Amino acid sequence: MNYGIIKRTLGWLLLFETCFFCVPVITALVYREKEVFDFLFTMLITATLGGLFLIGKPKKDRLFAKEGIVITALSWILMSLFGAIPLYTSGGYPTYVDALFEIVSGFTTTGASVLPSDSVAALPKCILMWRSFTHWIGGMGVLVFIMVFLPLCGGGRNMNIMKAESPGPSVGKLLPKMRSTAGVLYLIYTAMTLLQFVLLVFDMPVFDAINTSFATAGTGGFAIKADGFAGYSSYSQIVVTVFMVLFSINFASYFFILRGKFKEALNTEVRVFLGVVVSAITLITVDLCISNVLQVGDAIKHSAFSVSSVISTTGFATENFDTWPAFSKTILVLCMFIGACAGSTGGGIKVSRFVILFKGVRHETQRMLHPKRIKKITMDGKVVEHEVVRGVNNYLIAFVAIFVVSLLLISLDGKDLVTNFTAITATINNIGPGLGAVGPAGHFGDFSILSKIVFIFDMLIGRLEIFPMLLLFMPATWRK
Amino acid sequence: MNIIIIGCGRVGRTLAQKLNEDGNAVTVIDSNADNVNRVTSRCDVMGIVGNGATHTVQREAGIETADLMIAVTGSDELNLLCCLVAKKESECQTIARVKNPEYSGDAPYLKDELGLAMVINPEYASAEEIARVLRFPFALKIEPFAKGKVELIKFKLPKGNEIIGMSVKEVISKYNSDLLICAIEREEESYIPNGDFVFEEKDVVSIVATPKNAYEFFANIKCKGHSIKNALIVGGGVVTHYLCEILEKSHIALTVVEKDLKRCEELSTLWSKVKVIHGDGTDHDLLLEEGVEKCGAFVALSDSDEENVLLSLFAKGEGCEKTVTKVNRIDYDNVLAQLELDASVCPRIITSDTILRYVRATENAVGSNVETLYNIIPGQIEAAEFIVRENSPIIGTPLYKLKFKKDVLIGSITRGKETLIPRGNDIIQAGDAVVVISKRIGLYDIADILK
Repeated sequence: MNYGIIKRTLGWLLLFETCFFCVPVITALVYREKEVFDFLFTMLITATLGGLFLIGKPKKDRLFAKEGIVITALSWILMSLFGAIPLYTSGGYPTYVDALFEIVSGFTTTGASVLPSDSVAALPKCILMWRSFTHWIGGMGVLVFIMVFLPLCGGGRNMNIMKAESPGPSVGKLLPKMRSTAGVLYLIYTAMTLLQFVLLVFDMPVFDAINTSFATAGTGGFAIKADGFAGYSSYSQIVVTVFMVLFSINFASYFFILRGKFKEALNTEVRVFLGVVVSAITLITVDLCISNVLQVGDAIKHSAFSVSSVISTTGFATENFDTWPAFSKTILVLCMFIGACAGSTGGGIKVSRFVILFKGVRHETQRMLHPKRIKKITMDGKVVEHEVVRGVNNYLIAFVAIFVVSLLLISLDGKDLVTNFTAITATINNIGPGLGAVGPAGHFGDFSILSKIVFIFDMLIGRLEIFPMLLLFMPATWRK
Repeated sequence: MNIIIIGCGRVGRTLAQKLNEDGNAVTVIDSNADNVNRVTSRCDVMGIVGNGATHTVQREAGIETADLMIAVTGSDELNLLCCLVAKKESECQTIARVKNPEYSGDAPYLKDELGLAMVINPEYASAEEIARVLRFPFALKIEPFAKGKVELIKFKLPKGNEIIGMSVKEVISKYNSDLLICAIEREEESYIPNGDFVFEEKDVVSIVATPKNAYEFFANIKCKGHSIKNALIVGGGVVTHYLCEILEKSHIALTVVEKDLKRCEELSTLWSKVKVIHGDGTDHDLLLEEGVEKCGAFVALSDSDEENVLLSLFAKGEGCEKTVTKVNRIDYDNVLAQLELDASVCPRIITSDTILRYVRATENAVGSNVETLYNIIPGQIEAAEFIVRENSPIIGTPLYKLKFKKDVLIGSITRGKETLIPRGNDIIQAGDAVVVISKRIGLYDIADILK
């Protein structure tokens, strides 16, 4: 393990986080809020510590897969630990663990809150801005952001960091150089965020438009109003619906569109994803109409919003879907597990993993008919390597195992099964709201400290796709 | 530059790494996913799995925007096809590796008619290098420098030589030699010496001089500089074939030991002057019988690196004065350097160096005014050739008055047809071709060498 380079990368991370704090500081200055000092205080800590970390040059700049993964996991933990400080010192959150939950929920683009929605609305504007901004930076990944500006380490080793931080079963480059790949991703990301902001700013206050754009872009879902998203006009709701879907599509697709390769842009994963979205909306609309919950027009609007919100793992709500019929709720929970496309800012298990899994199952049944048949799983005309298939299978097993253990741990709090089950679903898939006590109208504040720590862990596990976090707990990782 | 490399074998890997280090955007293509992964996990390049000779794969790699396509797969025909397809798809320059001796005569045709920018034959390039070493056995490496008018000669100071303990200044004045000592490797460090640098035993010294001056210098310092009369070659592969071709008209008598009878017959028909022995080159009785201890040079060119290293060590032990070892696969240069081998040639490195020189030259033609770039000590010391422009700040001042950066040396000045080794009183003029030796500091203009 090359501790020198890990230390240096973490140093840079802290310095970058110091810069990120400028966003809430500016907000606080604009609205003349006294919480500016909480942020300035934290900036002082991160800047000093980051500077200290950067003293001394690492002996070797070799960075193997192991270091890349450890750097990613540690970066996310460190960034959250410091990001939570201003939330706690400003007094808005009862304990440091609550503040940490909130900021991890921000960085991992979960959007679950420990505060009831009316106390969220009462938070200072700079705190609200910081929460939303963590969504934006966490969505595409903070280390990818740093890579746009800094060559973290020489050669192709940066790829190890990108692989650990970007979601999906197989992460590839868009351009030969890591730095240009990271640059293109953030360029597309920024452009789309700006576009959404422009579309929204006609219809809502600037502050709301900025927050909503950040939260949608990162598919995060922190609401800044007591009634969530219900209070905004239909126009804004439709814009957000569309952008939630757009941000959960693989960013490589946008890159292909920019290059005029439309066929590559509309690959299997995107087609399946859009198919799932449309079918889920249709089924829920029909169910809502039949059970007379809503009129047709409203049913389409609210089901489209909820499905997009849940499958993109954003977690905004216009309607409290906890009150919907069981069939609709079940579809929403299923969508929570499916999640967005690989290479997007969304969470969940990812559509491409399901595509590979189902192809694997079909493959297996065919082998039962013709035991000697040789056939490789393909996707978009390319062979899916055995290692990728194996990775997907193991991912699912690890996912289920962590899910079960987490469920057991939080059930100690004595809440009902629906609440517990969807609470874990909503955190491990980075969605935000679940059903029952953690539904769109509820919050996570009533859980015990232990449960909150479990949630924090699950959110990080979900964002970093399990293995980086697990690796931190392996003694072999730290052995010299 | 945007560069596509097809084929991720040894040469492809080395090229990808070096070109990436130079800051180019590199995409590699190979039909074997493992080979691609091996490159992409080590360097910051994009990898594509597929047949590089198909236009779909080339388009996926972005051939439309590429400046250069290098085909270095194992097959000559595939390499040429890759170049043809690339030519049809875009305006990029193409380089192909072509190994087969049957095509070697076609290189000019391929360049002119098929529009290839460069056809590189690793075995021929290696044979040329070996021939150079045989002509000048004292050297570890000889490279043409400044358009071939002067040579870059690398040699190891033998035990007890009289210049050990002398400084560079003393050596130059004592022997009144017109040459430049441009780099010294000592253990794992490399130095660009100034006048006060003192030679030590086992130093590997690189000098720049005209062949005549170098010969005189070696005679003066009593290093045996005479050319050899006969050489014993083990292995009758392609390199041997070219070596015979190059040395056919020289006075060096060649003996080739080859295992395969058919190959022996082919070689003896082609080169009647060469003595071809059918036998196992690893049989030391046979080598002794052929006079390994008395021969002027022993050249190990079998297919196995390990065998070559062992055979050369054996020949050295038996008293052969000069050994040349072909090492293609082994990456452990520092281990090889510890063995008492004289010269080693590596087709892979020769190929990648030749291509790199070309790439850097074309690249520099755009961004800066470096004409050519030479590696003196790979990865550490390089020499860059500049054409001095009218408005350059270094014109008209005697060199001793100019303030140079640390570790920078003017290697040679070529003015018209004359090449001179610079001294303090020389003055650089506009239009001169100046070679600057430096530790890799990224020179873009001759003015960069000044403080």
